[in-house]
Amino acid sequence: MVSRRARNRAREQAVAALFVLQLPAWAQAPGAAPFDLTGYWVSVITQNWRMRMVTPAKGDYLGIPMTAEAKKVADGWDPAKDETAGNQCRSYGAAAIMNLPERLHVTWQDDRTLRMEIDAGTQTRLFHFGDWKTSGPPTWQGDSRAEWVSRRGPGVPPGTSRAKYLKVTTTHMLPGYLRKNGVPYSANAILTEYYDLIRERAGDEWLIATTVVEDPIYLQDPLILSAQFKKQADSSGWEPAPCTARW
Amino acid sequence: MKVLLLLITGFPLWAQSDLSGSWAARNYGDAVANRPGPGPGLVEYMGLPLNESARARALLYSSSEGSMPDRVCSLYSPVYVMLGPFGLKIWNETEPRNGTTIAWKIGPWEDRAAITIWMDGRPHPSRNAPHDPGGFTTGVWEDDVLTAYTTHMPAGIYRRNGVPSSDEATMTTRFFRHGDLLTVSARIEDPIYLAEPLYLTRTFQWSAAPPILSGANPCILADEGVPAGVVPHYLPGKNPFLDEMQRLYHIPSEAGLGGPETMYPEYRKKLKDKYVIPEQCKSYCGGPGSFPLRTN
Repeated sequence: MVSRRARNRAREQAVAALFVLQLPAWAQAPGAAPFDLTGYWVSVITQNWRMRMVTPAKGDYLGIPMTAEAKKVADGWDPAKDETAGNQCRSYGAAAIMNLPERLHVTWQDDRTLRMEIDAGTQTRLFHFGDWKTSGPPTWQGDSRAEWVSRRGPGVPPGTSRAKYLKVTTTHMLPGYLRKNGVPYSANAILTEYYDLIRERAGDEWLIATTVVEDPIYLQDPLILSAQFKKQADSSGWEPAPCTARW
Repeated sequence: MKVLLLLITGFPLWAQSDLSGSWAARNYGDAVANRPGPGPGLVEYMGLPLNESARARALLYSSSEGSMPDRVCSLYSPVYVMLGPFGLKIWNETEPRNGTTIAWKIGPWEDRAAITIWMDGRPHPSRNAPHDPGGFTTGVWEDDVLTAYTTHMPAGIYRRNGVPSSDEATMTTRFFRHGDLLTVSARIEDPIYLAEPLYLTRTFQWSAAPPILSGANPCILADEGVPAGVVPHYLPGKNPFLDEMQRLYHIPSEAGLGGPETMYPEYRKKLKDKYVIPEQCKSYCGGPGSFPLRTN
């Protein structure tokens, strides 16, 4: 005996499945994005200032759930060595870069690639939508796969929620620094990011980037941070600068 | 057919997120300010868009203020959700006849009152209504993001070193759920003490195991060494911690005084020729398992 409630639930699920089939690929093209990230954004550093605006002292690891192995590496931090080895960009890798003081310039490179240029360290991140396969050696910014994700409450059939956020997963990064004073992340680190857009009543727009770094070698726990960016009307303040190991 | 109609017309409930549960603090992002213990430096105002009035008042602050008999049991304002070291216990209050959510509740902590986010469309009280430790908050769903607006807060702080917030401050808070992560952003406007809105964000993580304690422990007034009638303070120009940032971290004292320009990347240009990386961290340096960054 199937109850009326169960029949209704089955019907709901069937309809939901239909919707999923009808909306198979959240069209990833720029025009179909649920919100517009393009433009210039400036980071607004109201938190963790001392660790972000300047390079803190050697041994200042406050706030990082690091392993003993990470401490060993970080205790040996030597910016001069990094400069000699051409590794000035170690603290500008994807796992750390969203927390630096900087401006972003976001554009669509093509229908499936969101391009984020960053003036700090003159870096470029590419967020690839859809079926994309990596090629080439690891880089500071790694390989980033992006998707629009629904934020669904419990009991909601999949594919039925319209509101979305941008989720970006990055791997294949060169080993780098989580903090400018040499706290390391390894080549095995995985970066997961969530981007949300806020439109304030006053008209200003904000981009909130929540970043999660997991590293089986150097982190005891995932390092979870969030950073905020305010949208600018134009490119004022945009000032690409080379990576630096000391400043 | 009913379901199909709902799908076409905009499924108001399904577009919401379930925020209920225990959300553990992950104090990696602002460990300096949020950590349990001593908190930030006493003149560590960097990154706060405070105005001259706020700065002047903050410089009078002595951390012994909290030991005044009439303040031992006082509560922080709701802004403390963004500053305190603790997690959040969130649940919804439902209308008993139809089950609709009439309010979301953020449970109290030992030094912060409960916050009720009214979802039933009630208006905010008159500007002249009494202010409450929990403030008065209404909420709406903007798609699947809960946006809450708080007024009627008591005067409080923006950082745990006495940077003041006024009772005219308002706070717009947004709750973004990403699976087991809850990112909360707050935009705080304060005509008395802020030159620009203060934006804060932090992220909590859903906790399956023991639920976050949520209850304001009864506060028992005790003698903490400050006699009744005495207000610990520093006189204008006499704050002995003015050069603390310079002394401990080589950060110029003028940066320590904060202000809107210290929030933006170009402020680094002002620091560049003055800042020398301290040779070695000497205290509160963190490291593997050094202090509880997680609170469940």
